[in-house]
Amino acid sequence: MNTESLGTIFLNACLVNNFVLAYFLGICPFLGVSGKMETATKMGGAVMFVMLISSMCAYGIHAFLVSIGAPFLQLISYIVVIASTVQLVEMFIKKISPALFRSLGIFLPLITTNCAILGVALFQTNKEYGFLESIVYALGAGAGFTLALVLIAGLREQLDFAEIPKISKGTALTLFIAGILSLCFMGFAGLGA
Amino acid sequence: MSNDNSSSEQKVTTTDEFIKGLWRENPVFVQVLGMCPVLAVSNTAENALAMGLATAFVLLMSNVLVSLLRNFVPKQVRIASYILIIATFVTVTDYAIQAISVELHKSLGAFISLIVVNCLILSRAEAFASKNTVWKSIFDALGMGLGFTFALFCLGSVREILGNGSLFNIALFPEGFQSWIVMILPAGGFFTLAIWLLIINGIQTRKTKS
Repeated sequence: MNTESLGTIFLNACLVNNFVLAYFLGICPFLGVSGKMETATKMGGAVMFVMLISSMCAYGIHAFLVSIGAPFLQLISYIVVIASTVQLVEMFIKKISPALFRSLGIFLPLITTNCAILGVALFQTNKEYGFLESIVYALGAGAGFTLALVLIAGLREQLDFAEIPKISKGTALTLFIAGILSLCFMGFAGLGA
Repeated sequence: MSNDNSSSEQKVTTTDEFIKGLWRENPVFVQVLGMCPVLAVSNTAENALAMGLATAFVLLMSNVLVSLLRNFVPKQVRIASYILIIATFVTVTDYAIQAISVELHKSLGAFISLIVVNCLILSRAEAFASKNTVWKSIFDALGMGLGFTFALFCLGSVREILGNGSLFNIALFPEGFQSWIVMILPAGGFFTLAIWLLIINGIQTRKTKS
């Protein structure tokens, strides 16, 4: 069993071991939807919600699979849960706000293949977190993901007006910014230890 | 995701399917797919190579199966069934690597399981294997898989040489070499990939100009 306090788990998942900038999870949406601030915030919210639900389900599934002695089914059942949660969120957003649905576009169904979400489920199992700890861990990871996405979206909005060499336009520039941000986040190391 | 030129697809030969993954449509450098493992496990050349080969294996097996089943899977549930196929092969790979080398399994960690959510594999299943014959899909998977491995190796070797002063754990520099710690850290991954993209962009623009 893990002995970290809940606050430590949250800080660790959110800042020290930020999922995007330290573990490189969820890079695809990070590069794809980080062009505009507004979309970035909402994407972060959707990811956080899916993370929370799938993390809770993953805890139950893990307990069940261990009890019937079939740990090799772990990966398959996790991915099914995530896929169905994403479907749910998709229907929900389509109903509530069609405009948001359009602006997220292809990246909404692609949350299924967001490594950050499966990553949360797998890491919490590896670290043997309890139910409450799992929820806090998922919330922290989601908050960290949103934070990274919003930070980079803000920077990229400003850079739209800057004159940069032609060959560095697009992904290369975003990766440079991400690298610098990643260096900044290293300053959080040791926090909450 | 990937924009396959489906109209010209009939004319191309199997060798073309193989070659295009290596360079023209390289999954990492051109399509920018499957970034997470590319950045995360490319801190040494050995890890990068192992990860690339594992991904290539899963890609090959899932492409074959998806292509075989392409006439039986209903359109509505195709993505879900692709993911299940991929997850099965990833589980196989995970256990196989654990059996071959516990050390390697430890250093790759959860990233073997995370091959499931590698967008590259799903995009090949959706954009290629579900529309083409088994034979063509095999070559597509081999080309893409090797292209992915090649890209990973490019990153891994640069990061290991600069960050550790070695390649495949063999020291390259004399004693006094001050290694660039930053290359081993997460930030180094971002920088190295960004520089590779710049180089490739530069080559491409020069080509189109001339």
